[in-house]
Amino acid sequence: MEKELRLMKGNEAVAEAAIRAGADGYFGYPITPQSEILEYLMEANPSQTTGMVVLQAESEVAAINMVYGGAACGKKVMTSSSSPGISLKQEGISYIAGAELPCLIVNVVRGGPGLGTIQPAQSDYFQSVKGGGHGDYHMIVLAPASVQEMADFVDLSFELAFKYRNPVMMLSDGAIGQMMEKVYLSPQKERVKVFPEWATTGKPPTRARNIITSLDLDSDGMEQHNRDLQAKYQVIREKEVRLEEFQTSDAEYLLVAYGTSARVCQKAVQLLRAQGIKAGLLRPITLFPFPTKRISELASKVKGILSVEMSAGQMVEDVLLAVNGKVPVKHFGRLGGIVTTPEEVVDNLKSEIIKG
Amino acid sequence: MIEATGIKEIIKPENLVYRKTDIMTDNILSYCPGCGHGTAHRILAEIIDELGLQSETIGVSPVGCSVLLYNYLDVDIQEAAHGRAPAVATAIKRLLPDKFVFTYQGDGDLAAIGTAETIHACNRGENILIIFINNGIYGMTGGQMAPTTLEGMKSSTSPYGRDIKSMGNPLKMTDIVATLAGTYYVTRQSVHTPANVKKTKKAIRKAVQYQKLDKGTCFIEIVSNCPSGWKMTPTQSNKWMEETMFPFYPLGDLKVPEE
Amino acid sequence: MAKIRGSIVVDAERCKGCEVCMVSCPTGTIAMAKEVNGKGYYYAYPANQELCIGCANCAMVCPDGVITVYKTKI
Repeated sequence: MEKELRLMKGNEAVAEAAIRAGADGYFGYPITPQSEILEYLMEANPSQTTGMVVLQAESEVAAINMVYGGAACGKKVMTSSSSPGISLKQEGISYIAGAELPCLIVNVVRGGPGLGTIQPAQSDYFQSVKGGGHGDYHMIVLAPASVQEMADFVDLSFELAFKYRNPVMMLSDGAIGQMMEKVYLSPQKERVKVFPEWATTGKPPTRARNIITSLDLDSDGMEQHNRDLQAKYQVIREKEVRLEEFQTSDAEYLLVAYGTSARVCQKAVQLLRAQGIKAGLLRPITLFPFPTKRISELASKVKGILSVEMSAGQMVEDVLLAVNGKVPVKHFGRLGGIVTTPEEVVDNLKSEIIKG
Repeated sequence: MIEATGIKEIIKPENLVYRKTDIMTDNILSYCPGCGHGTAHRILAEIIDELGLQSETIGVSPVGCSVLLYNYLDVDIQEAAHGRAPAVATAIKRLLPDKFVFTYQGDGDLAAIGTAETIHACNRGENILIIFINNGIYGMTGGQMAPTTLEGMKSSTSPYGRDIKSMGNPLKMTDIVATLAGTYYVTRQSVHTPANVKKTKKAIRKAVQYQKLDKGTCFIEIVSNCPSGWKMTPTQSNKWMEETMFPFYPLGDLKVPEE
Repeated sequence: MAKIRGSIVVDAERCKGCEVCMVSCPTGTIAMAKEVNGKGYYYAYPANQELCIGCANCAMVCPDGVITVYKTKI
């Protein structure tokens, strides 16, 4: 079937893509700059078409626990929020990771800390990629850089979530969530009617009862559970890295950026090349797993790396680990809801990496 | 009068009048001697057995003493984060509306950290059964003061007795949820005597029927004991519960449907 | 006239000796053992089995579900 072309906000694209992906449930709570997701779903009213449940919860905490309940029934469920709301969801995400449940969590990031600002930022890298809640766990983290990717990554997120029984976060930001672009929408998928064998759907006489829990009071059992989780994360590291490169084949200087910053850096590469500076861009699409291997390879070819992120320097820590001292690595980014300009990136690469 | 009939002649399968239901697993309950949790579990299991609900039941257990509920009931169970069981159950029931969905929560779980989830699930009229075990204390963590702890009642965090001025008032969650439009049947029971066990069982049976009829939230509080936390023997604790808990948490229906 | 005779079987190893059954028994059938079970509890047992009427009160209030009840008319 042919794809449908529409002009949409990133947030709207997520909502429409969720319906079309055959999602079973969405549980959300309003927060700027992502409220359009819940609004769009309420207006689309998919309960009357696909049967998808859409519910406005009393809090982000309730919403993520609804996701836990739905996911534990083997259903395709999701929630969305923005940074302060994601902080509230972290407890639930830890439980979901511990109980190994598949789900999608969309974070349309705004500036922090605290109530911060409603403007776009990328300062939730740590709470997305490094765990965020308690315990040793990882989400799979996908970073869209366009409205198209916000739509496409919904289906991809569910696919990965069920493949690994793991929560997936789509780490967007207020710029991509709010801006309008053309987007090709996939045809409507049927909602899945077959449940995974581990799901709590009522115990038939033919199987033992299914228990969904993250608890094991036996330390040996809990250690083994943790080792199993780490083994799973290692498989994810080996198999699921996604990235995009722009003019890296002859690059002498490398920019590393995701999401909105990657779009800015693409322009910066063009500006630098116009000035005779051979720059390239590596855009991680998955932030966990991080493209460590490829960055390490490129570090052997380039003279220096600038990690660009709308934060005080979070992803740069993973870039530094990947580069492992081979070449100088610096961070640059605007804070507090200000989107970095290509010119600032050009100036910063020159002053911090090329001159330095 | 000594009967001629010997014991062996009575203990025969055809004379069986009561045995533990198979919905209760053979795992030894982790509860202290005399704790009402075991009785409440068993009553619920008996209803599931008698009404043939095993294949359609999905339970949600809390954080607290009954966190290991899933070890004792032979049905599908999800273990929720502290206080969040009503939110978890909301999604289960919305996504699987034909299933029998219940939460089983203590007073710390339901009346403190889970107050918002409880009130909003009840206010939305989620078509679930909430079983609320109220023993006026945090049992699992070692007998700390709960929102439901009575005035003057001693606990490890109110060692001189609950002082209302500095520690606040005991909370009657069941009275609160009874005022909400979304609740259909709200009752307060106990399980410490045979008569009370029968009443509680009847209440759970009703709640199952109402859920089948899509009537809204059913909320059953079971005022219970905590011999260890109250530092009493089990039989003393039941007596104390009657004398001290029941005047503040009186047994009976708070909201009954017009039938 | 037929007379009701009952009998109970206590799973002594699973009994926690809480005595709730004993105080619920209307006929004084149940007493607590003078020795402990494997868990260290003074378990309940039908000390006066001949008094049992098979009412199942004890089993109904037993938190650990360790009591099985039989009843017959003689």
